[in-house]
Order: sequence, then C-alpha cells, then structure tokens
Amino acid sequence: MTPTPSGGPEPVLTVDGLTVSFRSRYGSVQAVDGISYELAPGEVLAVVGESGCGKSVTSMAVLGLLPPTAHTTGSIRFADGRGGTRELLGADERTLGSVRGKEIAMIFQEPMTSLNPVLTVGRQIAEVLRRHQGLNRAQARARAVELLGLVGIPAPDRRVDEYPHQLSGGMRQRVMIAIAVACDPRVLIADEPTTALDVTVQAGILDVLRNLREQLGTAIVLITHDLGVVADIADRVLVMYAGRAVEQGTVQEVFAEPRHPYTRGLLDAVLRPGTRPEGGRLREIPGVVPRLTDSPDVCTFAPRCDRADERCTALRPALDTAAHAAACWHPLAGAAAPAPSEATR
Amino acid sequence: MIPYLLRRAGQSLVTLVLVSVVVFLGVRALPGDPALAMAGETPDPQLVAAIRHQYGFDQSLPVQYWKFVSSAVTGNFGISSRTGMSVTHSILSAAPVTVELALLSLLLATLIGIGAGVAAAVRRGRPTEWLANAVALLGLSVPSFWLGMVLVLAFAVAIPLFAASGFVPISADPLDNLHRMALPALVLGSGMAAVVMRQTRSSMLESLSADYVRTARAKGLARRQVVYGHALRNSLITVTTVLGLQLGQLISGAVVTEQIFVLPGFGKLTLDAVTNRDYATIQGVVLCTATAYILVNLLVDVLYSAIDPRIRIGGAA
Repeated sequence: MTPTPSGGPEPVLTVDGLTVSFRSRYGSVQAVDGISYELAPGEVLAVVGESGCGKSVTSMAVLGLLPPTAHTTGSIRFADGRGGTRELLGADERTLGSVRGKEIAMIFQEPMTSLNPVLTVGRQIAEVLRRHQGLNRAQARARAVELLGLVGIPAPDRRVDEYPHQLSGGMRQRVMIAIAVACDPRVLIADEPTTALDVTVQAGILDVLRNLREQLGTAIVLITHDLGVVADIADRVLVMYAGRAVEQGTVQEVFAEPRHPYTRGLLDAVLRPGTRPEGGRLREIPGVVPRLTDSPDVCTFAPRCDRADERCTALRPALDTAAHAAACWHPLAGAAAPAPSEATR
Repeated sequence: MIPYLLRRAGQSLVTLVLVSVVVFLGVRALPGDPALAMAGETPDPQLVAAIRHQYGFDQSLPVQYWKFVSSAVTGNFGISSRTGMSVTHSILSAAPVTVELALLSLLLATLIGIGAGVAAAVRRGRPTEWLANAVALLGLSVPSFWLGMVLVLAFAVAIPLFAASGFVPISADPLDNLHRMALPALVLGSGMAAVVMRQTRSSMLESLSADYVRTARAKGLARRQVVYGHALRNSLITVTTVLGLQLGQLISGAVVTEQIFVLPGFGKLTLDAVTNRDYATIQGVVLCTATAYILVNLLVDVLYSAIDPRIRIGGAA
C-alpha cells in the first residue's frame, strides 16, 4: 500500500505551507517553517527528525492545540470523506471541537502523564463517546470495555474501573489509543507513541497501530525520531530539520537512497544489526541544530554539511512535493538540483 | 479504612493528652491568681484561702491535673470560677454560634474563592485575572475589625439589610438567625475567600498546563468540561488542604469578629475566661477546640482519598 501523494485518492489531510512562530521574552522563534504534506486515506506517514525540529508543533497545530503565544500561517485542510472539507488553521473552538477526538485523534508521547490521574480509565474513554456519539452512561461504558479489549488489554471488564496509576506504561498507552480510536477517526496523529516504553512493549503498541490501519483504514501520522519504528510501519517519510521539511519519499526510497545529507547523517547514526560502523564508531552529525528567530533564505543545514558551498548560504533550496525529493542544492545519488526558492515562497 | 481510623484515633489521643498538659500548665504559668481575682478589691486572706480550697487550687499540681483530666473524659470540665456555672454548659451554649459562623464563612469562602480562582486561572493575563488578584489582595490586607465596621455602617445602618449584632438560635427563627449572621460570616468569609482564591488560581494554572488537560482538549471536550471535570478535580486536593486549615482556625473562635458583632461564641468565651483567670473554662475550651481541630484534619484526610485515588488509605493495594 503505497499511495502516491498526487493523482491518488483525495488526501484526507492537507498541510500547506504551515509556519508556526512563538513569541517569547527573547523575541520570536520560528518553530515550523513552511511544512507541506498530504496524507492519503489509510496511509502511514512518518515525520522524523531530531528533538526540537518542529515535529510535535506541526501536529499540535493540526488540532489547534498550540498555546496562545503561537502565531501560525498557511493552511491545514481536513476532508471528511463525505465531500466536505474544513480549514482547521485558525478555526473556532466549535469547529475544532467537532473534529478533535472524532475525525482526527491524537496520542501523546507520555502515557504516564497524558491520562487524568483522578478519573477511571473507563470514564476517560466513555467521555469521548458521550461527547461525539451521544451514548448514554451504560452504552459508553460497555463500548469502553470493548475498546479496551480491541487494543489488547486483558480482563477489560475489570480494568475499565481502574485508575491510571494501577496500569503499566504500556497499558496506559493502549488506553490512550483506545480513547483515540473510540470514534473511528479518519486520521490518527501519534506523537512519539513508543518513545517512553520498553522495546518489547513498543512492538505491541506498533502492532495495535498496524491493526487499526488494516481493520479501520485509519490514516496515521507517526511522529518519531526512531528510524526502526519508521521502517517497521510507515509507508512514506517526511524528514524535518530545524522547522523545515528537507526530504520526503516512500520508506524504501528514503532508506535505500537518501538524497539529503541530513537524512544520510540520520541513517548513519543508527546502529544496524549485522553491520559494523566504520572505525568501530557510529557516525554523528557535527555541530548543533540552529535556533531560528526568522526564516533565512539559505539552507539552514549548510553549517553542518560537508557538501555546502556559496550557493547553500545564499539561496534557500525548495522541496518538490511530487515524488522522492530533497531540499538540497547538492543532493546525493545524482538527483537533479531543485528549482530556486522563489517557486515555493 | 478501619485500621487507618484506629491508628489515627490513637495518634489523636496522644495529641489530646499533650494539649491537656500544656494548657493545664500554661494557665497556671500566667501571672495572676484566680482566687485573688474572685475575692474582690480588698481581699480577706481567709476568704482567699476558702476559695482556693473550694476550687482545689491548694492541692498539688499532679492532683489538680488528675482531677481535671479524669472528669474531662466524662465531659465534665468543672465549675467556672467566673460565673460559678458548669463549664460544659457554657461550651455547649457557645458552640452553636461558633460552628454556624464557621460553616457559613466556609461556604462563602468556598463559593467565592474557588469561583474567582478558576476564573483568574482560565482568563490568565486578561482583566478578569487582574481584578481577581486585586480583590484578593484587598481581602487579605483589610483587617477584619475595619471591614466589620464598614459593613455594619453600610448594610446595617445606611442600608438596613442586615442586623449588626446579637445572636438568635437557628432553631428559634432561621430567618432572623441568617439576618444576624450574614455580616459576620461575610467578614470572616472574605478573608478566607482571598486565601482560597489564590490557592485555587495557582493550582489551576498548574493543572491547566498538564498533559492530561491537553488530552482532554484533544478529545474535543467542551471547555467547561475540560476546566471543571479535568483541571479543577486535580486542583481540589490543595484547595481542600487550605479549607481544612482555615476551618480549624475558625472553630477556635473568631475573637475580633465575635466582639464586633456581639456574638456569644468561643472567641468571646475564651477572651472572658483569660481576662478573669478562669482556669476551668480555658482548659475546657482549648480541649474542645483541639478535638474539633483533630476531627477536621481527619475529615480532610478522608476527603483526600475520595478526591485522589492515588492516596490509598489503610495501605490497601
């Protein structure tokens, strides 16, 4: 299942030129700088990058969950599959309230703190059912038990009355997933869903996500910095660096033939079974991620890139959204250089 | 739950014994002699000796203490050297005034304090918050005697909505009772409301930025449900602590407020007893308020477990 970004079925979620900046005491900080992607129904899109590259901010923007200090531009459109399209960026609370949890659901990185400690898990699942599907107390509870079973929690009829502190981390993340899928959303945004969990538990959570996609056809935006998870479950990859998208393509394309030096660096920094890194050490990317206060018309990776020249520090490379592409003046593996930035700005 | 309550009862007993020793020795360490106070302007040594003998002040301290404690456990706190009446009787007649005043003030403080605290946290950085903070600061800084007098002038004299003084039992005439209790309850309640408001505000600000509130918003819940169903539930534990401490203080009597509004509660009883070296009454009132304080704290601890399931009473599971 590898739907092409264009020419395939109508995308369920379209992010177009999204920018997010935060006002702070030290001036404005550019967290997301011109991200665009399309998500096809049933597709799993992985958004990867280092901590602080704007992955989470992008997904929070989709549901309007950013703090009031955030300033956004661009467009985020959601297609409900019944012919209607809603603009989510800057939408009022009423519109967002009818989309959140029902059409687009989200699970978060920290299952330990993402559930309310003073409410039973059953109540927290029932809440979303009562809000969006108008179920009464008894119906919602019965459905909550079903959902707990669906996400693989043993003895769901007992667990439904327990509090989060009585469950393990993996169980809590399953509860978060049960809440997220309660109303059969068209899109599930999973923000680092396995990061805080043990490796064995991670595999279980990924299985649950995979089943959801197969059984319910849910499209998933998977935010992660774990390339192993990406290879395991994703169809397409969007690589982000310092708030910008630097490469996109199918998992096979990006993993087999990375074009952006940053993607290459990410892949080289991962230890692979059966191979020995050169010199016995993993390669790291030199330098640190810049902290951007505006949107400079240059390649922001240039200071850390061994292929950079004058062009990289003078013009901003654009990202072609059509196929496997990298926002780079000197892409690897002989791909043609992209058009200058005027085209996209 | 039962073992927990038994353990708490044991601890409370130790506390009460310590309180009884401290108050017993404390009143006797005060300068002044109750027998001299009772004997009048020109004391006759024989009369003083007779009074000493009558109230047992001529016995050794351990004997006096034993007499005090052994009758206190039966609910008998002795005879007041000021009025010559049973101390238990004075306490029982003052208790309804103080308890009602405490509960009314607590109710006002809870309603105003939590309401304003939530509003200030939700509308952070907007005029509502500044207003709530300013009013709270005013409530904390204004002394109760001044506020009491201003309220009397405003709502009992200029606009005679409420009565300025006296007490009518609620069983005798509920409307007249409220008519007289409204202003003193407002005076005590406003100071408490300010404390509760500030506590609610800061603890709500913390809750509102918590991950589970983000989850609640991501579920598409209505704002009201996010604020009250999720954030406030978690903030209640610190607010309950503050309310418990405040209620404990109120039960020991609001001396100044009771004085202004001429209410015959614990505050007035204590003040009269202290100025007259009325050992038996001081001991009785202090023991009773200490017991009430301990009970309120126990109630608060039981409430914690109702609010927060992570606090398991009795060490179960």
